[in-house]
Formats: sequence, C-alpha cells, structure tokens
Amino acid sequence: MALLSTTDLSIRFGGHVAVNAVTCQFAPGTLTAIVGPNGAGKTTYFNLISGQLPASSGSVTLDGVDLSRLSASARTRAGLGRAFQLTNLFPHLTAVENIRLAVQASRDGAHRRGLNLWSVWSDHRELKDRASEILNAVAMQDRAEIVVANLPHGDQRKLEVAMLMALEASVYMFDEPTAGMSADEVPTVLELIRKLRQDKRNTILLVEHKMDVVRELADRIIVLHNGNLVADGDPATVIASSIVQEAYLGASQGTKPHQATA
Amino acid sequence: MTLNRLLSDDLPRSKILTAILLTLFVLLALAPFIAPGVNALSVAAKILIFIVLVASFDLLLGYTGIVSFAHTMFFGIGAYGVAIACSRWGATWLNLGLGIATALVLSVLLALAIGLFSLRVRAIFFAMITLAIASAFQTLASQLSEITGGEDGLNFSLPDMLASGYMYVEQPIFGVSISGRFVTYYILFAAALAMVLALLRIVNSPFGRVLQAIRENEFRAEAIGYRVVMYRTISSVLSALFATMAGVMLALWLRYNGPDTSLSFEIMLDVLLIVVIGGMGTIYGSVIGAVLFVVAQSYLQDLLKLGSDAASGLPWLAALLSPDRWLLWLGVLFVLSVYYFPNGIVGRLRNRAAGL
Repeated sequence: MALLSTTDLSIRFGGHVAVNAVTCQFAPGTLTAIVGPNGAGKTTYFNLISGQLPASSGSVTLDGVDLSRLSASARTRAGLGRAFQLTNLFPHLTAVENIRLAVQASRDGAHRRGLNLWSVWSDHRELKDRASEILNAVAMQDRAEIVVANLPHGDQRKLEVAMLMALEASVYMFDEPTAGMSADEVPTVLELIRKLRQDKRNTILLVEHKMDVVRELADRIIVLHNGNLVADGDPATVIASSIVQEAYLGASQGTKPHQATA
Repeated sequence: MTLNRLLSDDLPRSKILTAILLTLFVLLALAPFIAPGVNALSVAAKILIFIVLVASFDLLLGYTGIVSFAHTMFFGIGAYGVAIACSRWGATWLNLGLGIATALVLSVLLALAIGLFSLRVRAIFFAMITLAIASAFQTLASQLSEITGGEDGLNFSLPDMLASGYMYVEQPIFGVSISGRFVTYYILFAAALAMVLALLRIVNSPFGRVLQAIRENEFRAEAIGYRVVMYRTISSVLSALFATMAGVMLALWLRYNGPDTSLSFEIMLDVLLIVVIGGMGTIYGSVIGAVLFVVAQSYLQDLLKLGSDAASGLPWLAALLSPDRWLLWLGVLFVLSVYYFPNGIVGRLRNRAAGL
C-alpha cells in the first residue's frame, strides 16, 4: 500500500508545462531519490506535493486522504514534512527556539498549544525537553542558545533537518539537504536521514544532485526530465539505464516518457 | 520565583533596564504624592495611557510584524464608548460598563473584519488599507455629530465617586486629598500595570512564540503547519482590545473626547515613534518610550524656555531654543535615538548587558 501517491500531477506556467502528469506511489519504509538535470521539475514537483504551489491538475493523496485542495500548512498538519533547498529558519530566534516551534507544531495536540495564550512558554518542559533531545540527535546541544543567524551554514542545514524531525511527519521531503555543506559535515546530515529511515512507517523523498549520496541512501530512484517521469526503479538499474545517462547529461531532448524496468 | 512568574519569565535582562523600570514603577505608583499638582498628575496619567496604547501596538508591530495605521481607531472607539455612554445615557456605573463593553465588542468585530479580509495581502497593502479605514472612521466620527459631538467632541461627567469634588476622607493624607481624581489615577495605574503584565504573558506564551516565528519567516511558519492568517487575526484582535482599553483610560481621565484627542493621525505617528524609540518586540520598550516621549512632549517647551532665556545674549541661539521650536527638537531627538539605538533603548541596554 502506498503511503503517498501523486496521480497525473501537473502544473503549467502559461504555455510551459513544468511538471507533466506525474503519477507515482511512495511506499512506507522506503527512501526514494528524485534526480534529473537542472530545471527538470524536481523542486516544482516537491512544491506541488507539499502545497507551496497549487497544481493545475492531478491529485496528491496521503494515507488514502486527498490533500489536493489543502493549503501548505494543512498538508503539514496531515503529516507532510518538508525541508527547503535554501535554508529557511527563524533567523533571530535561538536554535532551541526554532526547534521548539516545530515541536509545538508537531502532530499530537500541538495546535492546542500553539493557541495557548496564557501559559508561559518556558513552563512547557516537555516541548523544551523534546527540542533538546532533537538538538542532541543532530549534535548541536552546545549551540542551543545561539541565535540562528549567527550559526555557520552547516549548522543551519542541520537545524533544517532537525526541524523536520521535530514535526514527526510521516512523509519527509528533503530538497538537496547537503547543498553548500563542507565535505566533513555531509556525513552528519546523511546519518540523520538514515536514522529517520529506520522508522518503517515513514517514507522519505530526497532531491539530490550528488550521485554518490543517492547511491548510498536510496532504495529507489525516479528520474524527472522536462517535467516528465522518465525512469523509475532500483538505483543500480536506473543509474545504468541509457535513458538516465542521456537525461542526466542533457544530451538528447527527444526523451519520451517510458519506464525503465526494474 | 514569583516575580519571574509575574513577568512571564521575561525579565529585563539588564541591570540598568531593571533599575530604570523600578524607578519608573515607583514614580508612577507614588505620583499623586510626589507631584500632586494638576498638570504633573495629568502627565503621569497620560504616561499610563500611552504605555498601554504603545504596548498593545508592540504586540502587533514588534511581535507579529504587522504594520497597521488603524491602531488609534481602536483607541478612539474605547474613548468614544465611555464618552457616548456617559453623556447620552447618564453618568452611572452601569452605563459606564455598558459603554466599555460596547466599545470592546465593536473593536473585536472591526479588527476581525480587517484581519480576515486583508491580512492575506502583502504588508504594504495591508498598511494602506488600514490607513484608509482609519481616516474613513475619523471622518465618520466628526460627521456623526448627533452621536459623537462632531469636531467639538463630548464633555461628560463620570459617576460621582470618580469626580474631583468627591472626597473619600475628610482630612488630606500626607497633604494629598483622597478625591475621586486620586482614585481615578490609581484605577488607571492598576489597569496599566495589569495590562502590561497581561501583554507580557501573551507574548511569552506558546502563541506569542508563533507570532514571533511569523514575524521572522512567515513562509516557514506556514510550512511547519501554523495557520498564519489565523494567528495574525487573533493578534490584531487582541491588540485592538488593549488599544480600546487605553482609550477607555483616556476618557476616564479627561472626561472629554473628540476626534483630535483620540483619533488623530498625529497620535498614530507618536505611537509609532515611541515603539521604535523604546525598542520593538520588547513590551518594556513601550514603558520607557512612553515615559520619555510624554515627558519630552510636556516639558521640552519649559526646558527650551529656560535655555532660550539663558541664551538671550546670543539672539540666534535664543531663537533656535525658542519654545515654539519644540517639535523641531523632538524630531532631532528622534533621529538621534534611531541612529544610535537602532534596536531601541531596551535593545541597546540588553545588548550592552549581553556584552555585545
């Protein structure tokens, strides 16, 4: 049974079809990498799933529930967690407060807390403890009280992942989580994603350019090219297939959507 | 620690700031004894009123990042609520209460309407919409003279127990007569204190943190699952309620209200200046800002007169220091304070305490 699925999901900007009728299922307990050349529509596909962009046609279903008409925030509440390509935090709040806000937004009874006007924020020990736990998991406990804008880029990327962990979503979407990180920081973030993957109830979607990262993490690869889903299968087969070689190098424009058999 | 609870775990975090706040607290608490003169007590009362008005605006601007020019509209609604109830229906406690309740309900409805219809648009458009609504409201208030008294406003009396002639104790205590005026001042003081503490609590609640998140990064707040429009609307409604109460305080003190007293755009600008000078997003900033501003507004002219007299030997300096130029000097003070304290006075003091 698929946890998340998109059916004929499309978006047109004027005459340009950025994502063209992508139908795809994502099973729990899997990590699917979405690859393709620049401008293939990977981030746009993400935006359609998470609701940052309204689809022109098609639907997004999570656990059998149609999310197509819901806003981005409602989709997050339904269990879609999304991290962003460009670091997107609350810059003038501390690291721990950033995470606490995500913990507060997480699914169990959180919105009741968010609308709580009359309790003191620091009294909610359980929020703080959970936030500290997550900061520990990303090895940032010593930087908890630092204002995010003053943290190095690598730490901000880690916080981006931590924030997603705090949401306790069932779908985790990472858009180039290692972008702009120094080589020695990359393994930390990959380790975090690997940890999330251990929970077999979740499914993880990963947009990534670095093929070694994809090879290491993914159970499955789908390839987007000019907005079309052009290949889908296990990593070894997809990477080896001629269509990916072609699409990835951007050598040929004449790709027709068809499936590489796994 | 109880003081910490009272301040919602948001202590001043600077020794100098703590000292200033404590001093202001004591001065305002003892104002009727320290400065029993009518003018001095009016300055103190005006400070109390502005503290509430500015702090409520800080919830909106400093914590939620909403720029609204309709804040004095709610201030005016509060003042008119008291004025209309007491002048048209008669000066009883019941009418006073009804007037306040009506004003609060009207403010909630208006703030809800503005919020739901316009908080989805971009900040600059929202600011313009509020500007339009505020000037429409001001025009309405001066045109509907049957109800509001028009440009002349309304003079009214309050229940006897709040009148200056009403004596609670025969003999003055420490040279101060315990009159209705005295009691009114302490009602304002208690109301201001309670409302500042309430605002501190709100901005330090889980809700308040979501507001800050929205101010910092609206897109991400939405993406982690918060309904941004709903939070903004609630913040606008709350801020409108506190502004209405500030208006009620104003009417209780002046026993007069008119468009220039509570609705004018000049007051809106003053509020904006005070919140920036004091330090946005701190609540404490509105206390310090309001004191500085109201004192400067009230005494700068006297000070300038002294300076002008002293400089009578130098005609050009005397002309520059003429009391008529007080607005110029207030402007200079504002430019200097924004230049030297971009985070406001409270931000500057806190940075200093944190060793930045």
